[in-house]
Amino acid sequence: MKDVYIVDAVRTPFGRHGGALSGVRPDDLAAHVVRALVERTGQDSVDEASPLSASASARGWPSYSKGSVMSTPLPQADIDLEIAAIRAAREGAQAHHPDRDYAPYRSTALRHPKQPLVPLKDPEAAELTGPVFGVTDVTALDADLTRQHLGEPMGERITVHGRVFDRHGRPVRGQLVEIWQANAAGRYPHQRDDHPAPLDPNFTGVGRCLTDDDGGYAFTTIKPGAYPWRNHLNAWRPAHIHFSVFGTAFTQRLVTQMYFPGDPLFPYDPILNSVTDERARQRLVAAYDHDLSKPEWSLGYRWDIVLDGPAATWMEEGR
Amino acid sequence: MNPTPSQTVGPFYGYALPFPGGGNIALGGITVHGRVYDGAGDPVPDALLEFWQADPAGGLSGAPGTLRRDPVDGSIIGRNGVDFTGFGRVPTDADGHWTLRTLDPGNGYISVCVFARGLLHHLYTRIYLRHDAFLDALPPERGRTLVAAEEREGVYRFDIHLQGEKETVFLDFG
Repeated sequence: MKDVYIVDAVRTPFGRHGGALSGVRPDDLAAHVVRALVERTGQDSVDEASPLSASASARGWPSYSKGSVMSTPLPQADIDLEIAAIRAAREGAQAHHPDRDYAPYRSTALRHPKQPLVPLKDPEAAELTGPVFGVTDVTALDADLTRQHLGEPMGERITVHGRVFDRHGRPVRGQLVEIWQANAAGRYPHQRDDHPAPLDPNFTGVGRCLTDDDGGYAFTTIKPGAYPWRNHLNAWRPAHIHFSVFGTAFTQRLVTQMYFPGDPLFPYDPILNSVTDERARQRLVAAYDHDLSKPEWSLGYRWDIVLDGPAATWMEEGR
Repeated sequence: MNPTPSQTVGPFYGYALPFPGGGNIALGGITVHGRVYDGAGDPVPDALLEFWQADPAGGLSGAPGTLRRDPVDGSIIGRNGVDFTGFGRVPTDADGHWTLRTLDPGNGYISVCVFARGLLHHLYTRIYLRHDAFLDALPPERGRTLVAAEEREGVYRFDIHLQGEKETVFLDFG
């Protein structure tokens, strides 16, 4: 906990519901209050350069650090500009994975290392092997997320099929695939997801399976809804299913998100757009596959996964 | 083939990935614990750590059964206490703290994979329990970030700093 000092205070303007202030954005009201405070105390409250304060000053609002009275909610338009600027700078460049430092996704700011990664190429490295999973680690019901409760979940029933490969196109066999997702209304059964969308007593949103001899996996679930988050003002995540996949080596570990084709929220989402290479971004989007749809029952999606990273050849030869 | 890009684990994995006893690879051996910190020095309460390691003889074959299930109700009943699976998974608590109970790895280190909200691509590091030639190749102040401190017999402390002056060395296996 950091020390907090209260220097001065002013109250926000009061207004009735639908009254004279109803057309003023809440963050404009807040900016008004902070401006009054800054003028009255003569404080130059900028004590660190943050994207929030930079954005605020660009819009003619008083600058203040994220530690002062309140943060200015950043509008989507500002995030769009940041996404576009980074994309323009990377135009055409191949990049398989997102940078860990991607400013439009605000939570990256304090959670990415600033030192370069240290290369480690050791044929004896433990990371060239990995954990093993087997028949005791999954049950037959795990891959059907619609049958884990007494009743049927609400929403559009779908199946997601795909195969897991390594970089050489070889199937990754007998490895654990885990998924988790929001319900059809976009709500997670998690205390920190408290936005006003209903929980579904018949849907948790967790699935597991082992890949088969072709590297194949299959889940039956319901299509997750989009949901709001607090990265910026009016931030919405496109519908997605979280995937966690193991390869034969710990270096092949992958946690990612599968998106649905044609989602109108794609251009607005900092997390998807952290993958700056359009070709790589497309690899996160499943394909609708009519042949996988079942009459009177479910819609089918196909999504193949390719694991990055080296694996020990002696292990691969043994499989 | 080009790889599928990584995406953050997000804030809501807690009802899906962690499982009871995830940090108890084996009992009766060593305890390793610590905190995960962000670049402001604050604990990270929503990181997920995965551990992979050799058995005491240095073997890396692992065994299945980390997520062993009750065949009646499907609940996770965990490792059977006989086979050494070598794999652990622990979410940090509200104070950024994690604990791993395991056996001393024969090769001297435990591999760690770090996931978190705000981390778009996981990070690898290692917990060294003994001196290793790899550490000598690093500047001393950086190499120290990979070495666990023995607090008392069999209990080791290992903090992970995602960013900042004490930033942990993270590894690239190419």
